[in-house]
Amino acid sequence: MTQTVDIPGTIMLDGPMATKGYPLNKMCYSFNNAAARNEFKQDEEAYYEKFKLTEEQRDAMRKRDVIAMLEAGGSIYYLAKFAGLLGLSVQDVGGLQTGMTTEEFKAFLVKQGEI
Amino acid sequence: MANIIGGITTSHIPAIANAMANGLEETPYWKPFFDGYPPVRDWLNEKKPDVIILFYNDHGLEFFIDKKPTFAIGVADEYHNADEGWGIPTIPPVTGESDLSWHIANSLVEDGFDMTICQEMKVDHGLTVPLNLMWPGYNYGHVKVIPVCINCEQHPMPQPKRTYALGQAIGRAVASFDQDLKVAVFGTGGMSHQLDGERAGIINREFDIDCLDKLVSDPEALTKYSNLDLVEIAGAQGVELNMLIAMRGTLIGEVKELHRNYHAPISNTGSGLMLLEHTMPKK
Repeated sequence: MTQTVDIPGTIMLDGPMATKGYPLNKMCYSFNNAAARNEFKQDEEAYYEKFKLTEEQRDAMRKRDVIAMLEAGGSIYYLAKFAGLLGLSVQDVGGLQTGMTTEEFKAFLVKQGEI
Repeated sequence: MANIIGGITTSHIPAIANAMANGLEETPYWKPFFDGYPPVRDWLNEKKPDVIILFYNDHGLEFFIDKKPTFAIGVADEYHNADEGWGIPTIPPVTGESDLSWHIANSLVEDGFDMTICQEMKVDHGLTVPLNLMWPGYNYGHVKVIPVCINCEQHPMPQPKRTYALGQAIGRAVASFDQDLKVAVFGTGGMSHQLDGERAGIINREFDIDCLDKLVSDPEALTKYSNLDLVEIAGAQGVELNMLIAMRGTLIGEVKELHRNYHAPISNTGSGLMLLEHTMPKK
């Protein structure tokens, strides 16, 4: 049984996706460690190999394509650590996923908070 | 007997830690959020709870998805924060309360909640941000904290009816502890938000406010939602509402709302601060 239902624009991290995304998430989890972040920055390709990322995951990482990372099983909790490594805020990441600039994305958030 | 004197809902997002570390509380963006907190701080300083039971979700500091507990409870006398990978400050240790923790753990397992019991547990922003919000300047060392961690990351996650029942079981466990302790319970996280996907950025103000209303007067209504309902209505991370529902579950006596401040957006979320005073049921 799977919990997945189709909610447009939402990729649920259910069992099969968590299995698929495991190498990518494990790599991003390693970014809790400063030495690991430096190792990644020095040689990204070697770091992908170390964690045995799938070709789909490597491609998504190379392109910095957040949606493709999610489709490859990435969990936003661990991808957020990668975003932090790149110096991106969650609003930057929101903009990247929705086709907005960061300022447009921030304005979108503000609009929904208005009474 | 130990006595639950109140429950508090609060956001725990990491951006709050950065705002506090950089002294941004009075800036136009942050002021409507931080202005909600003094009445809650005053209440805590007046009532002086000995123990805080704190519901939060780990975001990949202690728990990776190699082994992901559905429910975990800390039983240590001290907890440590650590580098979370994105540059928020690492903060001083948090004091624990092992005797009451073990009592609750025993009682929960007896009651059918098969907890993961942790003697070491790194605590992330989900736990540390609320403590620093309530006792700014990292002045939370005097209060003893019992972390209760709920999986809000990987499906299957515990459903709202289950997290509410967990809260109720913790409420009963506290009531059966034979030391005179004042306990406050924090439900942290949410409210509506979605970080991932093309649907990122949704906030549902109306739903959030309705949830706060129901947390006061009709918490059972919230247990009718499934996590999928919450994802659809409140965003993929709207499931963090489970921590607020668990908190409310612990309040097994009479509840009175003393304070509320809803503000959106803070970072990508709706933020619901609420203080509920609680009177334990008569024995």
